Amino acid sequence: MSRVDRQVSSSWTVRTRNRIGRTVPAGQWLPDRQPAYMRSWIYVFGVATLAAFVVVLTSGVALTVKGPTWWHSSSIGHFVNSMHLWSVELFFMFMVVHLWGKFFMAAWRGKRALTWITGAVAFIGSIGTAFTGYLSQSNFDSQWISTQAKDGLNAVVMGAYFNVLDPGQMLLWHIVLLPLVVGFLVVAHVVLVRRHGIVPPFDAVPPGAAPPVSAAAPPNGRAAPMPVTEPAPPAGVGR
Amino acid sequence: MTGSSAVKRRRDTTPDSHLFPTRSYDLVKEFVIALAVVVVLTLLLALVFSSPDRKAISLQDWAKAAPTDVVATATAELAGTSGTAGYGAPYNHATVGQKIGPLATQQWGGVRIPVDAAKDLVITPLSEVVGDPGLASAVQEWNAAKDADRTAWATAYGDALAKAPGGEPAKVKAGKFGPVPVLTSRLLTLAASGSLQSLLSGSSYYTSNETKPLLLLADGSYLEEQARADHLGGDQWGMMNETGNFPGQPWMWLYTFWYQVKPFSTSENADALVWGLMMVLTLVLVFVPFIPGLRSLPRHLGVHKLIWRDTR
Repeated sequence: MSRVDRQVSSSWTVRTRNRIGRTVPAGQWLPDRQPAYMRSWIYVFGVATLAAFVVVLTSGVALTVKGPTWWHSSSIGHFVNSMHLWSVELFFMFMVVHLWGKFFMAAWRGKRALTWITGAVAFIGSIGTAFTGYLSQSNFDSQWISTQAKDGLNAVVMGAYFNVLDPGQMLLWHIVLLPLVVGFLVVAHVVLVRRHGIVPPFDAVPPGAAPPVSAAAPPNGRAAPMPVTEPAPPAGVGR
Repeated sequence: MTGSSAVKRRRDTTPDSHLFPTRSYDLVKEFVIALAVVVVLTLLLALVFSSPDRKAISLQDWAKAAPTDVVATATAELAGTSGTAGYGAPYNHATVGQKIGPLATQQWGGVRIPVDAAKDLVITPLSEVVGDPGLASAVQEWNAAKDADRTAWATAYGDALAKAPGGEPAKVKAGKFGPVPVLTSRLLTLAASGSLQSLLSGSSYYTSNETKPLLLLADGSYLEEQARADHLGGDQWGMMNETGNFPGQPWMWLYTFWYQVKPFSTSENADALVWGLMMVLTLVLVFVPFIPGLRSLPRHLGVHKLIWRDTR
């Protein structure tokens, strides 16, 4: 190995670039082709969840501009708060449909367990983020929800560190800590989806491949299906 | 290759998705259309339905709307019979608190947010008042008394209030109440003036922690009455609802559901049990891919036939 080669191989930048390339090859970040079996409205709910997440973040950032009590005294502020509320409702609706869809597809198959786990933890993190949002409203709902929720959290230690009766702590968790966690998980989830691609149907066999054990003799005795609706593109496209 | 790894290989035979035939698909266009649809939907929902914003109840509001409740609550704090006084961790050592079977989970964190109900919620704010000799004398008498006397005075006064018509302090029959009637009536005056809340929030110029005002307010019955009138009670699926006819947090339906059914609805350890159960169920959700039986369920349910119908 030449001196130049040694320098390149020890470069953190080159190593990072290679690592990124190995995680998701360049053509897979934004492919212009998808598997032919991906033909259902259920697939829309993943991207709809992402779109709603963008609206949640944008309306949330707009609320932060003039502070936590602005929306109580300004009609514009109240409208922005309404957008924040309804985008959150849509976000959860899309995410729950997406989650059920992925469950029914057993979308963790084919080394996609981590994709499922990041999605499930993002869902739970989103519940925590929305919950702290309700605690940060500085109105009657915040008073009631916090005084009720403290009992559950205190009963399992968490209340000793996560004080729902402290609106300052809750607001910071809501606008900084939890969005960072959820944002990281969403990015990791999308990267994993792009890395592994869309999970194939049960027992599907790619053209030219030998049928798997479970496809050759499925437990229910039915013949193994194989979708071949369009010819495969040239190598490297949509991979 | 070990025997177990060979079995694992055979179990998950899902091929690489990149080996399958493909079709043209515009991901960016899909996202932009989805974003536009969500923005329009959000705008429409916000314009048509708005969002709830019922004003918070201040301690001053409480004192004006339910003065007898303030006096009764202050008396309970002094007697050690209020929710906060008998709470346990993380506020005090009054009780072991909630448990999951033999595990005293509430105690595990210790007393990290110390609250002495009588001292912190009643006596200390009253001690800040100047120019009221009667109050100063009552506080002095309370501070100098033995614990047993304090409890006896406050308990007797609490019982007398409960028997008085409408819980009115003015209609309480004479008894051995020590300084308690003065202390509780002055706390009501302090609350009605609007000063009590800031005295409870802390001594710092900037405060964001409302633990003590909220504990005092929640120890009374007024807050719960208001919440129940707005279908927010614990047995009314309150944790997931919000004021008015708004959807609230429907994603918390399962958590709230357990509080509506036995044994949770009648258990003294309901919070710990529900949280324990939800933690287990959360782990099940997260680790579905590794749970035998559950991970195979979607194949047998057959819902996937509705999703991949074109490929059959």
